[in-house]
Order: sequence, then C-alpha cells, then structure tokens
Amino acid sequence: MKKPLLFLPLFVLLAGCSSSQTWGWYVIDPTTASGWTNVKFLVSGMGATIQISLIAAIMSIVIGLLVALPGLSEKRGWRLVNRIYVEFVRSIPLLPMLFWVFYGLPIVFQSMGMNIPIDPFWGAIITLAISDSAFTAEIYRAGIQSIAKGQSEAAQTIGLNYFQTMRYVILPQAIRRILPPLANQFIYIVKMSAFASVIGMQELTRRANELVVTEYRPLEIYTLLIFEYLVLVLIISAGVRWLERRMGADERG
Amino acid sequence: MPDAAIELVDVNKWYGTFHVLKDINLTINSGEKVVICGPSGSGKSTVVRCINQLEKHQKGTIRIDGTELSDNAQSVATIRSEVGMVFQQFNLFPHLTVLENLTLGPIKARGLSKKEAEEKARHYLERVHIPDQADKRPIQLSGGQQQRVAIARSLCMEPRVLLFDEPTSALDPEMISEVLDVMVELAQEGMTMVVVTHEMGFARKVADNMVFMDAGEIVEQGKPEHFFTNPRSERCQKFLSQILQH
Repeated sequence: MKKPLLFLPLFVLLAGCSSSQTWGWYVIDPTTASGWTNVKFLVSGMGATIQISLIAAIMSIVIGLLVALPGLSEKRGWRLVNRIYVEFVRSIPLLPMLFWVFYGLPIVFQSMGMNIPIDPFWGAIITLAISDSAFTAEIYRAGIQSIAKGQSEAAQTIGLNYFQTMRYVILPQAIRRILPPLANQFIYIVKMSAFASVIGMQELTRRANELVVTEYRPLEIYTLLIFEYLVLVLIISAGVRWLERRMGADERG
Repeated sequence: MPDAAIELVDVNKWYGTFHVLKDINLTINSGEKVVICGPSGSGKSTVVRCINQLEKHQKGTIRIDGTELSDNAQSVATIRSEVGMVFQQFNLFPHLTVLENLTLGPIKARGLSKKEAEEKARHYLERVHIPDQADKRPIQLSGGQQQRVAIARSLCMEPRVLLFDEPTSALDPEMISEVLDVMVELAQEGMTMVVVTHEMGFARKVADNMVFMDAGEIVEQGKPEHFFTNPRSERCQKFLSQILQH
C-alpha cells in the first residue's frame, strides 16, 4: 500500500516533464533564462513570509503569556478576562479578522483622532499574532497547570513573590511541555501567513498568484509554492527538535 | 504570653460548606516543639498550612510574633520570612541542582550575593549530613536525602519557626530515621517546631506539647507524658491504641 503512494509524486513529475499540452515545467525551469527569472521571482517572497511569521510568532508568544496568566488566577474576575479573550479571539476566522484589521482598524483609529495607517506587512502580523495568541495562551495555561501545585507552594514558603515563582520555578519546568505545541503553532503561523497575499503583501503566495496571472501555468507554479512551504516547515521542525534536545524537552518526566 | 511565637485564636475554616477547622486555639511558644497528630482528614495539615497562609482561614485570628495575619501582601511576606515549611512530598525544584534549590530563596527573596548564599547553603547541607550532594539534581538522591535537602532549603531562609507537614509519610521505612535524626538535632538546638506526624517515637522524644485533632477540632492537648499514658478523651485513646499497637 505504501510503495505506490510514494511513487505517485514522482509519477506526476515525470508525466509533467513529457511534452504534453497540459504540462509546462519550462515556466520554472532554472536552466532557461526566463524560467530562472520566474523562480527567482517566486522565491523572493520567502523573506517576507519569514519576517511576517517570525514577528507574529514572537508577538503571539508574549501576548499568549500575558493572556494565560490571569487564566491561572484564583480570582474569578481575572479568569473571566482570560476566558472572554480566548473564546472570542479563537472563534474569529483568520480571513475576516485580516480584513477587519487591514480595512477596519484604521477607521477605528481615525474615529479616535489618530492617524495610524496599517500597511499589509503590519496588518498581517497583527492579525496572525492576535489570532494565534488565543491558542498559545491555552498552551501556556495547560503547561503551567501541569506543574504540581507543591512547586509554587514551596516557592512561596521560601519567600518568592508571584513573578519570581513564575520566572524561576514554574516556567522553566513548564517550558519543556510548552515548547512542542508552541512549535506546532509556529508552523501554523507560517502556513496561515499565506492569507497576507489577499491584502497585497508580497510574500510567497502573492508572488505565485501574480506569476500565474502572467504565465497561466497554475499547476507548475503552485506545485513549486507548496514545495517552498514544505522546505520552510521542515527547517523549522529541525530547529525545534534541536531546541527540544537542548532543553531536555524530549525526555520523559 | 510575651514570647508566644504563634497564636491561633478561635480559628475557623470552611471548604465550601465543609467545616474543616472548628474553633482552633493553640499557642506555640518560642523554642517549643508541638506535635500534631490525628486521623487523616482531621484538619491537622490545614492548621499548619493556615499558619503560613498557604490557605486562608475565614474566622478567628492568627498572630505570628504578635503581628496579626491579614490578607495584605506585606503581612504574608512577613510570615513567609519567619516561618519555614517542609512538605510531605519534599517539593524540591527538579530543574535546579541541590545547591541552586538552597540558594534561590536567599538570593531572590533576601538579596544575598551568590557567594554568601552558597556559603550558607553548604553550611546547612553539612548540618543535614549531605555536604557532598550539592551539585546533583534532586532526582538523583534518595527520598530521605531529598527531604533533608528540603529541610536545609527551609533553614537557609533562617526562619524563627519551622513547620513540618507529615515529613516522613512519603518515605521508605529505612529512610525515615535519617530524616527524624535531623529533626531531633534541630529540636535540640532550640528551633521552634510544629510537626504534623504519626511518628510517635519522635513525638515522645522531642514534643513539649502534644495536640490530637479529629474532625476539625483539637480534641486533646497536653504534655507527652500525660498524653501517651493517660489520654482523657475516648477518641484519642482509640487513635493511640490503633497507631501504637504495632
């Protein structure tokens, strides 16, 4: 069962290389001048995709922690703040949120007397960061709650305050459990950054769309696009595994 | 009572509608060793946890060195600096070495330099008879050693009072005595101690005051010589006969 499946992509590629009318790999053939120009054009979106994803991921990691902490409070009011944020934000699909931030938010700012334009770059980052932060907040909460209560009690009895307890006792232990799902979220951000193309951000997907319009070779161009994301995600996965080994997150217990 | 280190007056606590502590009155003088015993669920751990405000009581007064405990952070910080605690499950920090476990509080909460804190830590590790384990992780130590590290960690904060919540209940039998030995030494050096335990041999040896709790009440308290030979209440007689018969 497995072997034919493995040969399937190879078959597709080979079929494409033959000179039938439906295939035209020449469009991204790096050995020809025009093909090479096209490949360079497509891959040049990589920088923007990486920048958007990285900045959004960092913001999401910070916002997520700030949202998670009230969720761990003993006070019901604080927990409610966390619940409302998480339930509200994670129920909004990414695309409508992107439109709202890009087209709507500047109007909100204007009505408050502020003139803050939102360009596609920051529009995409803000949307991805906020949308993802609801999920990172839940990851933090689960990770922190998985650390036995005795740990924070012991920290309190040796005089540590709340933030010292988090910083020196709870988070260093929780991070091993938080890191793997957080890496998952990073991969999710990279893939969702493709939506930035619809507000005109010149990233991988936008580049592919634009080339398709001029070359009219969707299959070949989108196939390359998929491989571009695949390479990105594989690099992230390798990086995360390295990080996990370094922090001992792959060990049990 | 000028030198009462801890005073509990009419302390009451509820978990929801469940009345866990009923009118607890207890005075612990400076230098005194109090042993609290009783069946499980009797509220003895809760008393100890209220003293250092890991749990809040709803009615009554707890005074530490004459200062009444209240909700404000300052008062809680004051108690924490005067009252140390040793837990049944040790609660050592697994991601830190033994030495780092001991120096974390002094450095972060007391503002000691790393060097001062490490000197102090090594001094107390010596006192609990494990000077050679400073650079190991807690998981590399036996249960008895872990609990002695936990005692040393409390001592590093130089508390006036040390609370023990069933310190030997999670230990294998052959490790109990090494922990009790350290506790006896501490008692002989004059530390004020409140110990929740079923180790009656230890209690006989060090207790100045025995407290028996059942169903959230202090049923009986007194000097160990009377307490063990002549318990007045029926519940206490029954409890003692059950735990002393082996």
